[in-house]
Amino acid sequence: MMERILDPLVVQRRREANVSFVVGFAIMVALFAVLPFVAYPVFLMQVLCFALFACAFNLLIGYVGLVSFGHALYFGWAGYLSAYAAKTWHVPPEVAILTGTATAAVLGIIAGGVAIRRQGIYFAMITLALAQMMYFFALRAPFTGGEDGIQSVPRGRLFGYFDLSNEMTMYFFVLVVVLAAFLLIYRIINSPFGEVLKAIRENEQRTISLGYNTDRYKLIVFVLSATLAGLAGSLKALVFQLASLTDVHWTMSGDVLLMTLLGGLGTVFGPVVGAFAVIAMQNYLAPFGQWVLVIQGVIFVVCVLVFRRGIIGELAHFLRVEL
Amino acid sequence: MFEIFGIPSQALFGQLLLGLINGSFYALLSLGLAVIFGMLNIINFTHGAQYMMGAFCAYLLLQYLGINYWAALVIVPIAIGVFGILIERLFLQHVRKLDHLYGLILTFGLALIIEGLFRNYYGSSGQPYQVPEALQGGRNLGFMFLPNYRAWVIAFSLVICLATWFAIERTRLGSYLRAATENPTLVRAFGINVPRMVTLTYGFGVALAALAGVMAAPIYNVSPQMGSDLIIVVFAVVVIGGMGSIMGAIVTGFVLGIVEGLTKVFFPEASNTVIFVIMVIVLLVRPAGMFGRTA
Repeated sequence: MMERILDPLVVQRRREANVSFVVGFAIMVALFAVLPFVAYPVFLMQVLCFALFACAFNLLIGYVGLVSFGHALYFGWAGYLSAYAAKTWHVPPEVAILTGTATAAVLGIIAGGVAIRRQGIYFAMITLALAQMMYFFALRAPFTGGEDGIQSVPRGRLFGYFDLSNEMTMYFFVLVVVLAAFLLIYRIINSPFGEVLKAIRENEQRTISLGYNTDRYKLIVFVLSATLAGLAGSLKALVFQLASLTDVHWTMSGDVLLMTLLGGLGTVFGPVVGAFAVIAMQNYLAPFGQWVLVIQGVIFVVCVLVFRRGIIGELAHFLRVEL
Repeated sequence: MFEIFGIPSQALFGQLLLGLINGSFYALLSLGLAVIFGMLNIINFTHGAQYMMGAFCAYLLLQYLGINYWAALVIVPIAIGVFGILIERLFLQHVRKLDHLYGLILTFGLALIIEGLFRNYYGSSGQPYQVPEALQGGRNLGFMFLPNYRAWVIAFSLVICLATWFAIERTRLGSYLRAATENPTLVRAFGINVPRMVTLTYGFGVALAALAGVMAAPIYNVSPQMGSDLIIVVFAVVVIGGMGSIMGAIVTGFVLGIVEGLTKVFFPEASNTVIFVIMVIVLLVRPAGMFGRTA
């Protein structure tokens, strides 16, 4: 075995990064453990699902620099399949969620295989077009329920024991799943695999010249991102007991981009904060109708022009730590 | 009355005509996208919103100022083009040096703002726009009925497309433009004001979208979301054609319109998705697009 020699400065920075992650994670867990007793659990579950969705999306945009404009595809279709499995096949919730997640993985392999053939701006357009294609499919396919969606999906009993129709049980189930996925994503970006991803983001040509098959790395991370987005979508379908066209529409892909950008691209906690901010905004501004669209647009413009680091990115920059 | 493959000729040619009409709009819009992308290296996500603004502008001019279609055909592209120039000066010029991704997100945000504002004031329902008097009615070609306005749209958009192609590929100004696309620094060294050219190019691309909007107003209902659905199809058209060539954008636009029309006749369920399916096939066979150059 070759001994790895690391620069002491690198070791120290890594240790600092670990400490800031542990502190951040502890704060996040504490907040989400207390919040359901003071806030509406369904709202918080919505935040958690979207936080996971945004984290999965950030894996792609923040760490590999691939802009997918069609992530609603995996989120929405996973929702459909898990809702369908729970309602029509009467499977327990854990199986329903696995069904949805597996669907997203398969879709990710197909769409990713096509999309990574082009770079940059084309990549974004292709993912968008593929998602739109599957949107039309969802609109027409008999089992998705068209405009009505799949309604009153049973939440069932988790492992045949925990009754998920209880809001609190459901909440803590969602929390555990989302936190586990969050840790998995953190593990991925700090693994040797994750380092290659960052190398691709910084300079793809150079990574290729170092002997890495970048297309394979891109496809793997694309599928991972799609799968985790699918997990989020499956959870959301059970939480709301509904799978509908809203979740596969391109506006959903825009929403998740907004959350990630607002929270901070390429930050660990950014997407969670972004999801919280955007969901809260959508809930509280709902009475103002179409102004939500305008405000979201303004946030996009402001983020791009003056606020490119996002909320957590700016905070990390201010505190001089990695978050 | 005769039949082709068991389909009455009226239906076949009718859908073919609709396909050509859609193709005219695909061609005009993807042409604008390609021109803008060539100079600014930005995919203009606001294109759909600017097309919608063109249609609304024509509608408002007629409704409140009594300005007719023909005048709108001139006024609207200029007005929206100037609006585009403002957008370029205010926003886009600041992201030129950044990653492509920011240009895309910025124009997406602008599209949301524009669409949201129009939805606030006009709701989601469509407003009708009268076909101009001179183009009302139609003629019977023996095998099908051809409404005059539709014939006009196809002919006029073809003329505009070819004129744009000529201006870019065959004139001195066009050669400056193409040179600035390849190497802006060198072109500046020859004393040509490249930033101004970039701004004007964006304005021109936006004006094309607005022109398409005015032409679309009498055919489709004028509604705030008319652009956002269309722009995604146009993106697929652009991916299929590849943004390397102007002619490529025009040809792909018309051909895909016709293909879509034919699909409506033979396999209606797939008519919404056929362009996306073609996109996937093209990507598998020729990743650079039909007319594209590999980057």
